[in-house]
Amino acid sequence: MTEVAIVGIGIHPFGRTEGVSGQEQGIFAVRDALHDAGIDWSDLQFAYGGSAAAGTADSMVSKMGLTGLQFINVANGCATGGSALQSAYMAIKSGAFDVGVAVGFDKHERGAFRVDSPDWYGQSGLALTTQFFGMKIQKYMADFGITDDTLIKVAEKSFQNGSLSPTAWRKKPLSYQEIKDSPVLSHPLRKYQFCSPAEGGAAIILCRADIAEKYTKKPLYLKAAVMRTRRYGSFEVFTQGQAVEQAESPTVDASKAAFEMAGLGPEDIDVAQLQDTEVGAEIMHMSENGFCKDGDQEELIQTGATQINGAFPVNTDGGCIANGEPIGASGLRQVHEICTQLRGDGGKRQASRDVKTGYTHVYGAPGLSAVTIIQR
Amino acid sequence: MKNSGISIDTKLFDWPSDNPHLKGSKCNNCGAVTFPIQNGCPRCCGVDMKSIQLKTKGTLWSWTIQGFPPKSPPYGKIEAPEDFIPYGVGYVELENQVRVESRLTENDPEKLKIGMEMELVIEKFIEDKDGNDIMIYAFSPIKGE
Repeated sequence: MTEVAIVGIGIHPFGRTEGVSGQEQGIFAVRDALHDAGIDWSDLQFAYGGSAAAGTADSMVSKMGLTGLQFINVANGCATGGSALQSAYMAIKSGAFDVGVAVGFDKHERGAFRVDSPDWYGQSGLALTTQFFGMKIQKYMADFGITDDTLIKVAEKSFQNGSLSPTAWRKKPLSYQEIKDSPVLSHPLRKYQFCSPAEGGAAIILCRADIAEKYTKKPLYLKAAVMRTRRYGSFEVFTQGQAVEQAESPTVDASKAAFEMAGLGPEDIDVAQLQDTEVGAEIMHMSENGFCKDGDQEELIQTGATQINGAFPVNTDGGCIANGEPIGASGLRQVHEICTQLRGDGGKRQASRDVKTGYTHVYGAPGLSAVTIIQR
Repeated sequence: MKNSGISIDTKLFDWPSDNPHLKGSKCNNCGAVTFPIQNGCPRCCGVDMKSIQLKTKGTLWSWTIQGFPPKSPPYGKIEAPEDFIPYGVGYVELENQVRVESRLTENDPEKLKIGMEMELVIEKFIEDKDGNDIMIYAFSPIKGE
């Protein structure tokens, strides 16, 4: 079967860019990726792209060039980028195409995400993603002994890593005390422990592995790309009535399927991007993705294992917390960072350990997850 | 005041009523219970659902405090940011039925504890433009807890 390679990566800086539309940030990222791969827009046979709040992705063809390529819009919440990449992966894997791009971009209003729920649920003040995150980690802390101190240390790492990442939004390290003293938004989570909606763009160019060396001396290989939705009994955002019986999260399902597809296990992963909508998510996603047992995060984080110089660096670019979350672009930003790490191009934020295999994971409303495994 | 006002949504709970319950659905095939009512079963994919009254007492499964004013719309309470009062939100597990997401009458983190006993209350949420009380369901810690 055809193997899939990544030969170009591009990114528009995340954060707030006044006067530049979301789509323009997406175009910037595509041109950056094309330059990286050394190819032209007219060489691309297909595109998958999405944004949640900045218009349809396919309309960028009028500015990139009307070449007639297949361009499919993707809309899958926070997993939009992951879903676009998964679709691109399948398009090449199937043998239908040789080379194409996955692109995502966005530009959100300030403040928490506004949820389009005009009915009683939105009216009554329950349709907030932030509440779900607060309740999930609240329960997890009680069940598995994760401390508030550990929650603060995760955010401290995010801002520290962000300060080393040229395209991050939050470039100023925040002290333990500044994080601790920030207002509690959704108990037990504080302001500086959440990511914020933002702006940005990211693009990844993929091709058949057997032609990859035509474009780059350092191709990376996409060993797995999987997307899953929730099953009955998993605890998800925007659930008004939650089943009493408990099932594994879509993250667990996507992770297991990805490892099986790649023929690898969690012990083979050297560096990871785990969806950190807030600090609790980063902690819980470590175990949901199979990297540790429930509760072991306490010691791993306290001993610095997830830091850039640790044994298992997580979110080396500061993750969503330091980059913000432009929904359409976020999942591809993760892939961009893992590719950067695998190429050894991370500069000040390059993982200290040798990295051969990387992992990305996104989670989104209303209960879906996308995972990729990338190898050099 | 008691038993007056208009329900925020008539599909959620009996109102007016002297003994209000939340309304749910139960699957005649596999027994799964949903809140609110729905006509397909999320567990077995069946389409044979009956309406049931949900239990009015349960235990707190998890909770948080909404610490900032939600954006309006969709939030129905229009108020100045300085008038905002944080409110509790939680999931209350109704034994062998379903965990219901709900506003809580308690907003003090020191007074909320996973596993504590809770009961259903119907309370005033806002007034509509005609001055009618709009009623909402919430869960309250059972006194003595």
